[in-house]
Amino acid sequence: MINLIPKNKNAVGMADLEVFRSDLERALISLDRDMAQQIINKAASTGSPVEIAGELISRSLKSIGDKWEKGTLSLSQVYISGLICEQIIDTILPPSSPVRKNQPKMAIAVFEDYHLLGKRIIYSVLRASGFELIDLGGGQDVTSLCEIIEKKKIKILLLSVLMLPSALRIKKLKEKLAGSGIKIIVGGAPFRFDEELWKEVGADAYGKDSSEAIDLVTKLMAETL
Amino acid sequence: MKSTGMTSMERVFTALSHKEPDRVPMFLLLTMHGAKELGLTIKEYFSKAEYVVEGQLRLRRKYNNDCLNPFFYAALETEAFGGEVIFREDGPPNSGLPCIADIEMIRYLDPPTVKESKMLHRVLKAIELLKEKSRDTVPIIGVVMSPFSLPVMQLGFDKYIEVMHFHPDLFNKLMQVNKTFCIEWANAQIKAGATAICYFDPVSSTTIIPPEWYHKTGYEIARQTLASIKGPTATHFASGFCLPIIDYVAKTGTAAIGISSMEDLSQLKHACKNRLTLLGNLNGIEMRRWSKDQAREKVISVIQAAAAGGGFILSDNHGEIPWQVSDETLHIISDTVMNHGVYPLKQS
Ligand code: B12
Repeated sequence: MINLIPKNKNAVGMADLEVFRSDLERALISLDRDMAQQIINKAASTGSPVEIAGELISRSLKSIGDKWEKGTLSLSQVYISGLICEQIIDTILPPSSPVRKNQPKMAIAVFEDYHLLGKRIIYSVLRASGFELIDLGGGQDVTSLCEIIEKKKIKILLLSVLMLPSALRIKKLKEKLAGSGIKIIVGGAPFRFDEELWKEVGADAYGKDSSEAIDLVTKLMAETL
Repeated sequence: MKSTGMTSMERVFTALSHKEPDRVPMFLLLTMHGAKELGLTIKEYFSKAEYVVEGQLRLRRKYNNDCLNPFFYAALETEAFGGEVIFREDGPPNSGLPCIADIEMIRYLDPPTVKESKMLHRVLKAIELLKEKSRDTVPIIGVVMSPFSLPVMQLGFDKYIEVMHFHPDLFNKLMQVNKTFCIEWANAQIKAGATAICYFDPVSSTTIIPPEWYHKTGYEIARQTLASIKGPTATHFASGFCLPIIDYVAKTGTAAIGISSMEDLSQLKHACKNRLTLLGNLNGIEMRRWSKDQAREKVISVIQAAAAGGGFILSDNHGEIPWQVSDETLHIISDTVMNHGVYPLKQS
């Protein structure tokens, strides 16, 4: 979520925002793409794109992520709502927008395995919240990641894994990257089942779900800028 | 070992009929550990039925296990559909790129037959040999992926969710194909000597889809599929949640459910009383770093929460104990069950 909300006279009023937010969340949970688009278009006519991304879309997605964590919503709803918002946000806040560029370089990858859904969800939710990040895909290993990080000057790296041995191998990656200053945020099923694991592999942070991913990235962005 | 008289088969079936056997039955669902026993790599180990048979027999002796588990790996089924399998040295093999690259291909998809799928024959042979050697004293657990969960590997998870939501015609066709395959594959394992079939269906869990969708999809598919499997079945959610759908699960005809370490065990026991046996729910991922005391405490607390009255088999919460779990920890789990799982249970 980008906290650079311009206080111009066109800014959406708090009350309006609340209404938009609850309507948007309802539309997303019922996977109604058209309704979500209508709500965002309407909100976009009253507020800045950054505000729409941060205050409206990101907050709605965060709430949906929290509800998955509490067991009241399912992963398919988290995934499709992220997907819908990601498509819509590109129409109001294109990838080339200067606001998106004003961020430390961030990338996301699936480490050592090929289970792409966790990464796909986090990527969509972050992009829909106004962040720009490079998608490095699946099946990355220690060597390939070290090369890319250096070449692309990545400052924040998000890693998603599904298999336990993949999670354990992050330790090797961290050792190789020692001294580079890069921050590594990890997530995925093995970390959810063992909440000590992220520390053991030397990650800088761990996010349980898409909602925590937004919070962590927002915090790290502020620290790294 | 303090327990008496009963064979593993008797012990397990008594528990399944919601009565107390001599002690709590224990399914240590070890797949890859057999390779360690035989000094083979995981890939070598799964290349021959005889290795898996020897591995399973040794592990049963070593830990007093109450089942034989001739499960190789989930990706074997997508291999039958033409997919590739990726091995690694320190964990279970995974499916490679989705074998259905374009969702439109679903229209032309036919189910593979067991007869023509050579890779499946290894499993059947392992079951036959285990049956011969164990002579009905211990249950042999066959495994199938549910028609509803297999598409994650066939299509990739993201595409599958999209097919489920936005392409009902393709979804229905895929379910038809997968049901035909699943039923034939399950029945072939029963014919080879499997005592029961474990139906892996984590996509049905409320971790992945909402209960309302389960009622319309996973539930109906399970009901139809399980009805055509000619033997008892257990449903495993691979550590996904199932409490909100439990009444429907009970109506699919399954006898037992594999449950998550993250769901409340006492609540599950209460909800399943006398209709579903619980299988679980030690956290396999955390197990890797348990101390001796932790392992002992976890086992005792699970027994106390869920074993009274039968209807309970102690196991891990996923249906496969990770490669990284040490023999020492497995011994402690087993010893604790042997000592603290004797019926009638002592009050804590
Ligand atoms: C559904 C499921 C299956 C299905 C589909 C699996 C698949 N994706 O391919 C089937 C039945 C096919 C299956 C098979 C297997 N499975 Co399985 N399965 C599951 C289950 C229930 C859900 C997995 C899933 O895909 N979830 C969807 C993803 C998106 O969820 P997620 O990774 O948790 O992501 C969320 C958060 O963690 C977070 N997040 C994710 N990434 C990131 C990154 C960052 C930076 C942040 C901040 C957050 C974040 O956001 C996401 C949600 O918003 C899990 C258990 C569970 N409860 O999670 C086991 C699980 C993944 N399976 C496991 C295993 C081992 C297997 C098999 C290898 C078994 C075998 N021996 O064959 C096979 C492999 C299949 C294959 N692809 O080859 C293990 C893996 C861990 C381990 N023990 O090594 C798990 C964790 C079970 C367990 N408790 O041990 N499985």
